[in-house]
Amino acid sequence: MEVFLQQLINGLTLGSIYGLIAIGYTMVFGIIGMVNFAHGDVFMLSTFIALILFLALKQFLGIDSLAVSFVVVMVASMALTGLWNAMIERFAYRRLRGSFRLAPLISAIGMSIFLSNFAYVAQGPRNKSAPPMLTDVIKLTEGGAYDVTLSYKQILIVVVTATLLAAFWFVVQKTSLGRAQRACEQDAKMAALLGVDVNRTIAATFVIGAALAAVAGVLYMVYYGVVNANDGFVPGVKAFTAAVLGGIGSIPGAVLGGLLIGLIETFWSAYFSADYKDVAAFSILAVTLIFMPSGLLGRPEVEKV
Amino acid sequence: MSARAPFLRIEKMSMRFGGLTAVDNVSFEVSRGDIAALIGPNGAGKTTVFNCITGFYKPTSGRISMAPDGALPDPAAIDALTRSGRRHRDGLYLLERMPDHEIARAARVARTFQNIRLFAGMTALENLVVAQHQPLMRASGWSLLGLAGAPSFRHAERAAVARARDWLARIDLLARADDPAGALPYGDQRRLEIARAMCLGPQLLCLDEPAAGLNPRESADLNRLLRAIRDEFGVSILLIEHDMSVVMEISDHVVVLDYGRKIADGKPEHVRADPSVIAAYLGVPDEEVAAAEREIGA
Repeated sequence: MEVFLQQLINGLTLGSIYGLIAIGYTMVFGIIGMVNFAHGDVFMLSTFIALILFLALKQFLGIDSLAVSFVVVMVASMALTGLWNAMIERFAYRRLRGSFRLAPLISAIGMSIFLSNFAYVAQGPRNKSAPPMLTDVIKLTEGGAYDVTLSYKQILIVVVTATLLAAFWFVVQKTSLGRAQRACEQDAKMAALLGVDVNRTIAATFVIGAALAAVAGVLYMVYYGVVNANDGFVPGVKAFTAAVLGGIGSIPGAVLGGLLIGLIETFWSAYFSADYKDVAAFSILAVTLIFMPSGLLGRPEVEKV
Repeated sequence: MSARAPFLRIEKMSMRFGGLTAVDNVSFEVSRGDIAALIGPNGAGKTTVFNCITGFYKPTSGRISMAPDGALPDPAAIDALTRSGRRHRDGLYLLERMPDHEIARAARVARTFQNIRLFAGMTALENLVVAQHQPLMRASGWSLLGLAGAPSFRHAERAAVARARDWLARIDLLARADDPAGALPYGDQRRLEIARAMCLGPQLLCLDEPAAGLNPRESADLNRLLRAIRDEFGVSILLIEHDMSVVMEISDHVVVLDYGRKIADGKPEHVRADPSVIAAYLGVPDEEVAAAEREIGA
């Protein structure tokens, strides 16, 4: 029972991070029908941006208040990562939009390799560690075989994720930008005729996706305390799996899929084998694609005849 | 601006696809405040003319000049603009040089499609609000201010929703404002698409077969809607239509195409009596028409 409760907490925390990254995949797929394979590496880049900003604030500005530096790092990482992704979209994808379907996909794979190698060259191959922060925990049960704990970090992650998802939901549902995005998703040509600037809307989608990935990156840096140039690929593919499981193109689906993948991974590690946790996550990808290609919340494509 | 002055002029426009000439040397004018109908048998080139005016195709040759906010200037001024190589000057636009979204935005030509292109997954109300994206986007400072709840954005948003609801009331769809557009009956979708085009604030509304698939009651509703658009908003309408009850009842001016060429142009009662139009529709050879004309002394 203790193990179950603890893994539930851990799984929801990890799942929040996957969910935030998965939204970037699902939104880009929704609006231009392309799987942005570089998205995981954009997330990795944001972990570095977050770490560098965090250390710089401490070192050069002498800001010791954790709350202040957390907010500054969060906002600045979202902005900088958004800028990165906007440039990636501008230079690597936009020109290929009218081209054959595989062209932007291949470009995205190239961009993924470029980004991880760029971080590798610029930051070195070793793990970079952040100073420990928010190490306090709340003991939920005591005296059993095992103390179930809820750390402040985990509370922070879930609260920040929930807050930003609410803000994001407001943007998509209630603002003119969100309406334009949904319109482009359904019929970009028609949206252009109604005065929507399709290119700008797509760029905004990339910026928003990257900003959410940056939130995940900051939280990841705080949670694990280390960042590495290779840490983009696996979380990226898992978030992609989450997007597919939830139904690619569906935003609530991406969050649900992220939480499920996080839970499956932690429960698998706890009850079976931690060595094979990636196998569990990726088997889900294969099984979903075979038996439920439209995912949990995705709309199946029905052709009217 | 004077009423009934021509504000859209198509001159010697041709459109060839490889060896096929879909539109051959067609010229006509549309006046402000007119409902003009483009008719002709299937394959006559009507939709191609539409696609050239709205920028979906670039005509092979010819000129399309439009003065969205006034009347066309004298031909010398249009020629001067043509020679200058520019797209527009002093409120005069050369549509054949402009991409489709710019024609919609700058020259204020809105269109609907033969196959309805609503955003099926968005609600009826949202479909009408999306069409007001430009002013909303400016007011909301690219949504950043909107997110912060700036008053200018809330004000613009309220105005856009009010305008959308006004149009929904006009087309009797207020009760279904929050239903997905794709779930509405066919006739309602047609009217919703026209309302969406009107939310762009156009000067010219191009409707591609608005009455197709409508039952007689829905056609009558449509006629009323189109007249209201012309009379209340002063918006000119250019429509392609096969339903002659619609064409003859509401249009001020009819242009008839056959095999890509213009065969008649004038008031509906004149066009209806034109033997070449009757021939085009009934497939009578020209000699027989000529013989018939001699017999009746026309």
